[in-house]
Amino acid sequence: MAIAVTRPQARAAFMNRSRWMGILLLIVGLLMFLLFGRGLEPGQEATFGLNPGKDSQAIAIPDLTLPVQPALYALIMLTLFLGGWQLARGFRSAGAVLGIASFFFVTAFLTWAARGKSFNLVGMLSSSLVRATPIALAGLCGVVCERCAVINIAIEGMMLTSAQAAVVVATLTRNLYLGLLAAMLTGAILSAVHAVLSIRFRVDQIVSGTAINIFGAGATSFISARFLEKNVDLLNNSGTFPVVSIPLLSKIPILGPIFFENGIIVYLMFILVVVVHIVLFYTPWGLRTRAVGEHPRAADTLGINVFLTRYVNVIAAGMIAGIGGAYFTIGSVGRFDEIMTAGKGFIGLAAMIFGKWNPFGTFASSLIFGFADSLQIKLQILRVPIPSEFLLMAPYLVTMIVLAGVVGRAIPPAADGQPYVKE
Amino acid sequence: MPPVLELRGITKQFPGVLANDHIDLTLEKGEIHALLGENGAGKTTLMNILYGLYQPDEGQIVVRGQPATIHGPNDAIALGIGMVHQHFMLVPPLTVTENVMLGVESVRNGLFLDHKRVAQRIGEISRQYGLEVDPDAVIADLPVGVQQRVEIIKVLYRAADILILDEPTAVLTPQEVERLFQTIFALVERGNSLIFITHKLKEALHIANRITVLRNGRVVDTVTPDRTSEAELAAMMVGRKVELVVRKKPASPGDVVLQVQGLYVLDDRRNLAVNGVSFEVRAGEVLGIAGVQGNGQTELVQALTGLRPVMDGEITILGSPVVRATPRQILEMGVAHVPEDRQGDGLVLSFPVHDNLVLNTYYLPPFANGLITQEEAVIATASRLVEEFDVRTPSVFVPVSTLSGGNQQKVIVAREFSRPIQLLIAAQPTRGLDVGSIEYIHNRIIQKRDEGTAVLLASPELDEVIALSDRIAVMYKGQIVDIVPAMGVNKEYLGLLMAGVKPEEAVRAAPPQVEEIEMERVF
Repeated sequence: MAIAVTRPQARAAFMNRSRWMGILLLIVGLLMFLLFGRGLEPGQEATFGLNPGKDSQAIAIPDLTLPVQPALYALIMLTLFLGGWQLARGFRSAGAVLGIASFFFVTAFLTWAARGKSFNLVGMLSSSLVRATPIALAGLCGVVCERCAVINIAIEGMMLTSAQAAVVVATLTRNLYLGLLAAMLTGAILSAVHAVLSIRFRVDQIVSGTAINIFGAGATSFISARFLEKNVDLLNNSGTFPVVSIPLLSKIPILGPIFFENGIIVYLMFILVVVVHIVLFYTPWGLRTRAVGEHPRAADTLGINVFLTRYVNVIAAGMIAGIGGAYFTIGSVGRFDEIMTAGKGFIGLAAMIFGKWNPFGTFASSLIFGFADSLQIKLQILRVPIPSEFLLMAPYLVTMIVLAGVVGRAIPPAADGQPYVKE
Repeated sequence: MPPVLELRGITKQFPGVLANDHIDLTLEKGEIHALLGENGAGKTTLMNILYGLYQPDEGQIVVRGQPATIHGPNDAIALGIGMVHQHFMLVPPLTVTENVMLGVESVRNGLFLDHKRVAQRIGEISRQYGLEVDPDAVIADLPVGVQQRVEIIKVLYRAADILILDEPTAVLTPQEVERLFQTIFALVERGNSLIFITHKLKEALHIANRITVLRNGRVVDTVTPDRTSEAELAAMMVGRKVELVVRKKPASPGDVVLQVQGLYVLDDRRNLAVNGVSFEVRAGEVLGIAGVQGNGQTELVQALTGLRPVMDGEITILGSPVVRATPRQILEMGVAHVPEDRQGDGLVLSFPVHDNLVLNTYYLPPFANGLITQEEAVIATASRLVEEFDVRTPSVFVPVSTLSGGNQQKVIVAREFSRPIQLLIAAQPTRGLDVGSIEYIHNRIIQKRDEGTAVLLASPELDEVIALSDRIAVMYKGQIVDIVPAMGVNKEYLGLLMAGVKPEEAVRAAPPQVEEIEMERVF
């Protein structure tokens, strides 16, 4: 048989993807040289601040000072080496190599941007986490919904509506916790609407989600213009959750101020990531949820109530989105502005996909988006010679690059988006 | 002692169909009771009623002498009734343990899944019944034979002693079928009772203590295997005498029509599905592709018909390369395709019969005049084809979705066979069809062969491949492991190849050809 003869050809065709990856890495290395490596003055230094503001309780440590030119050249060489190795031999995990190369690129960019200046690294990482919080919560909401096969693109609208509910209730009652509760309730109600439409009436889930988004934008803008703007002190001035420092842990240099000096919603997000992970993978409920998301008929024949499972998950997910919404008002600025969620709900869905429908993966990818968001602001302060409009695009650009599938395709739950019909 | 299960006068009416009409059935303890009938005879409806998925309009279910009402799977499970579905009810990304405990989870600390305890119990059941399986394996990685074991373990884990097996042999190799039968005998030996649903006469005769035949929702008769024969059972199933053999003359192969050289094709998950396949099909012969489903047959057929990109290799039809040709270019070369998924790929279900009959010629005269469709020509041709191919439909204007499976397939056959064709590529052409339709479609395929058409037939039904083919290629994991003449072929040898045994080793266990050459084969 002539089977064995042509086999190497097939392998060669298979190598294509990894060869492209190598070429991509070389291009990245070259780009780093062209963008940052030229026209440097020798002896210039970049200072990275490793201590947050003076209020922090962390033990102070010296700042990091890098000689710009050698550091950049080293990073460029490393990236080119990665690309060459990938072309010649190939790494086992192309995704990991791409991650490392992206890290080199970002580091090189920061070093270049901060040349001759001082740049507070810990401050930026800390703000990355804070900015990642609503994205992670939106992503978690997506995970909980889609694991039981209900697509939820209404997270944006749910967050916007609950953001407003939170600030109004908190201002009226002068109690931020009641505001948070109101946000969760609002999320749950909108989510219940989505659940009834998509589970009971089997409306196309994208249509139902879009309707809720439009409703959210319209209703909140109307209420804002009609009531909130005229009675700011009565309705739209709640104050925010204070920063809570966790004893001892917050004293750890670098990590302490990033992770353990935050508002309550950030901590809630941490807890929810862990809880959702445990529920999903270690409890009967999670097992049933995953079964319903992958093969609802199989679950049904084993006596599992597919509809109930979906209702509970979707409504619980709505509460998580509600917490995400509360972050925008009572978690950060203490007042509501029109369309203030600015697409974070959708970016959360991107984080969910990039995180392969896993809570920890979702959290990790929301950090990337949070980083892009916070970088953009820092760069404006550093007066980098890039138009601010382009910088504002950064988080969305990162979303598009990630979703275009640079790091390989993720597989959603098999029954995702399909309404279940009992036989 | 009362029978473990008794169905009395079960009746179920669906809109337009009386699916079950006063059905009586008893199952004794330790009995294997075969439920035989064509598709649409009401077997599955009856079992779904028993399992609580449907409610009967009339009739009574008696379990161990007690009248029972079964409102859902939970009730059935509580009564000790377990079902192994024809299409496995397993969740592919989950492990064996997770699938087995789904719905009746063991927990520790009142909250967390107790994988260990469930795995232990699976081990016990495995040993007891010879159902070997790795509890930590992910279902998607397991061959279908093993998946079926998991399904049986699932039922036993729920302590069921009345087991319903719905068409359990449809997806198995002959060796796996034999193994399943061993398991079934072990099950009844230990006091379980079993209902075995099938449309295969041989199987029913082979393993059942009693056979109940259903037709059009009614019980035709209940018989014991020693008092009946295949021919009699077939007549009961279909309601008339059936030819159980495909009569055909020896083939007279002509020129090469389809030539495939070193073909490599990827599947949807970008794995190599067709791994270096070479073969040729000549005019006037049938090349059958045997193999368990999922060994690359689907991707091979899609590549040949232009529906899936080819990664490497050559396909030549009538001397011209078609690797980059579009499906339309290929069909215009005189290639007919009967696709495996007839509802997904073969028909537009919501379209009327007449439109489905011209799906591949609608843009040509006389059906189109430039940009304008000639409705009268379409309807006239459709009416003629419906007549000629014996499609049972109220009119050509009804949506094709309202037709039975057999008639839907006849629509496809009518569309594909009514053109002048050089090459016929048929994938699972009789899947899920009743004996009458199978007979019809087999005869049509042989008729095409005798007219000089080259035929490529891919089917997981080994009996069908043997009955129709002149040569048989066995596919395993994307490769053609051997090509043998069909005349006098040894089924056991093919079965070994289908299970992945190398030809050198398979020859030692079973010769490829048996001595006596049967001219007519029973399928």
